[in-house]
Amino acid sequence: MRRNPDFRTTSSLHTNASLLLFTMKSLEIRNLTIALADSLEEPIVKGLNLTINTGEVHAIMGPNGTGKSTLSKAIAGHPDYEITEGDVLIDGESILEMEPDERARAGIFLAFQYPAEIPGVSIANFLRAAEQARLDEGENVDAAAYYKRLYEKMDDLKIDRKFTARAVNEGFSGGEKKRCEILQMAMLEPTFALMDETDSGLDIDALKVVADGVNRLRGENLGVMLITHYQRLLNYIQPDYVHVMYDGRIVKSGDKNLAIELEEKGYDWVKNELAAPATA
Amino acid sequence: MSSSVSASPFTGLDAERFATHLAQRSYLPAWWIAAKQEAWNEFTSLPMPARKDENWRFANLKGLSLDDFIVPEEHSSLVPHLPNFPHASEIIFSNRQTVGRSGLPKELADQGVIFAPLDEALRDHGDLVRNYFQQHPVNLGSEKFIALNIAFAACGTFLYVPKGVKVDLPFVVQHTISGDKQSIFPHTIVALEESSEASLVEFFVSGDTASHLASGVNDLHAGQNAKLTYVGAQNWSEDTLSFQANSIHAARDARVQCLNVHLGGRQARHESHSRLAGPGAHCDMLALTVAKGSQEFDQRTLQTHQAPHTTSDLLYKNALIDTAKTIFSGLIVVDPDAQQTDAYQTNRNLLLSDKAEANSLPGLEIQANDVKCSHGSTSGRVPPEQEFYLQSRGIDPVKAHELIVFGFFEEVLNRLEDEHLHAVLSELIQSKFKKS
Repeated sequence: MRRNPDFRTTSSLHTNASLLLFTMKSLEIRNLTIALADSLEEPIVKGLNLTINTGEVHAIMGPNGTGKSTLSKAIAGHPDYEITEGDVLIDGESILEMEPDERARAGIFLAFQYPAEIPGVSIANFLRAAEQARLDEGENVDAAAYYKRLYEKMDDLKIDRKFTARAVNEGFSGGEKKRCEILQMAMLEPTFALMDETDSGLDIDALKVVADGVNRLRGENLGVMLITHYQRLLNYIQPDYVHVMYDGRIVKSGDKNLAIELEEKGYDWVKNELAAPATA
Repeated sequence: MSSSVSASPFTGLDAERFATHLAQRSYLPAWWIAAKQEAWNEFTSLPMPARKDENWRFANLKGLSLDDFIVPEEHSSLVPHLPNFPHASEIIFSNRQTVGRSGLPKELADQGVIFAPLDEALRDHGDLVRNYFQQHPVNLGSEKFIALNIAFAACGTFLYVPKGVKVDLPFVVQHTISGDKQSIFPHTIVALEESSEASLVEFFVSGDTASHLASGVNDLHAGQNAKLTYVGAQNWSEDTLSFQANSIHAARDARVQCLNVHLGGRQARHESHSRLAGPGAHCDMLALTVAKGSQEFDQRTLQTHQAPHTTSDLLYKNALIDTAKTIFSGLIVVDPDAQQTDAYQTNRNLLLSDKAEANSLPGLEIQANDVKCSHGSTSGRVPPEQEFYLQSRGIDPVKAHELIVFGFFEEVLNRLEDEHLHAVLSELIQSKFKKS
């Protein structure tokens, strides 16, 4: 059976949270410092703090090379990166000792900027293996129900049903790859989605389809970290919070208006502000 | 030192054992007895493969020792289930004896189809068997082990399909071996007459995890315009020393597809020689190997184009895990008269471990001037992005490797026309990933 929204009993709840918070989960990024595994002395992300709760969409904006992608890949457990300081916790439990597949099963989903091609492995078999991985020993994916769900989600995302037989991302256009990422997200129902430049390489029509897909998935059981270079995507996916990342840190946070301001003034505005001596 | 061991007969691969074996077959045709005697003489006179022998380059020669293997008479009752898929008829062997057999459908028998254990076919159709027995031997280095097969061959199958008879469903054979140090010598002869069609699927399995010796030989003949499909799925115990020599002879306009799946064995040598003997003949030579632990799979192939307008396509794919080792050595030979030959030879190795070793020795020898031939070999690690991508979806590393290997194999499995067989082979390959 698929995961249900986690209605915990009060006895297992150690906080005095109100009833409204019962289903809420949190992804807490605490003083996170990340470096490439082969150059530990030059961190890319430098002591970053951010908490994302389910029900929230956080946009992370910033110029190229500022550590946005590194942040999302490191949280997902990419072996090229090493976390040298800080912690990442889901509901207070650190996930840093977990392997990438364990993190995924704990609720993390990374939508890749450049999804890998898996030759010869069909989308249907791939997603089925991913669903099977979430079941207990001895349980098996119900094939009929699985295909029904898969086809529904594909129709929603305007993905041709013939795609189920195609090898994962092999020969896909940029837009097809991104839609395929959203399809996987829709099927796997993560608790926290880290969406790395999901808008890159998309024309306006594809962007609308992808944004529509994300909007359909957002809700009280999903927290989203939406990494983007441009404000354009935020016209279609309205964020609850906008953070500006620069040189490995979050340097400015606000609501969706911050994105608009950023679009008008450009990233130099943030850079100049940081460079200027503090005037209190 | 125990002196109370009862006088058990010595049942090794020796002259005494061979004499007993031969004496029990006195009812079989004289030519067969003579062939066995000749093979035994050849076996005893040929040396073991030596370091300087090019045919055995890269192979672990120490692992080839035949000492200690035995050929007892008793057969075991341990017979794993035959995979369940639609087939025309089946023969089940266990430790060299026929232990199960479904009757040949009447309409096939009426049309003259023969599908019988070798000893029975020799008794009832001796001259017919003789026409196809070792007419085109394989000479790629394992002559000694082929001779051993012929000397001791008892279990084995003869499939004969007369002119114009087309059989849709495959014939199925299963060879099982069990018991420590037991040996098995399957010999398969397939003869398809003009414009006939048939498939034979053979499963080679161990009934236990003990050490075994297997030496198998195939004589496959596709007559003019015939269509022959042969699939051999080898899944011996991981402590088995295995030899297999496969001869394919394709007459004018014949189409042959041969697929070998290699999963089991401590050390498994496979030799395959296809001869495109008549104009228009075509042969697909396919192989899939999952090499795991410290297994060694050694594959030697030869595609001989003897007539014009012949085509052959070899695709051998190896997936290597742990410290496993594979060797592929292939040669395409185009005779001077074989103009307009189209021949391909591809070996692809997928390494899922830094410690695995894939050796590849492709080769061409072209004596005609108007041909298209190519050979290629690639060996590569699974890109880390692929592994991370699958893991990022919650798929554990072992399952991720299984998916990647299946993706890698799909190109070959998709060439099978029989989708039931495709599923059976997939499941068999999958089982290799379940064993830890």
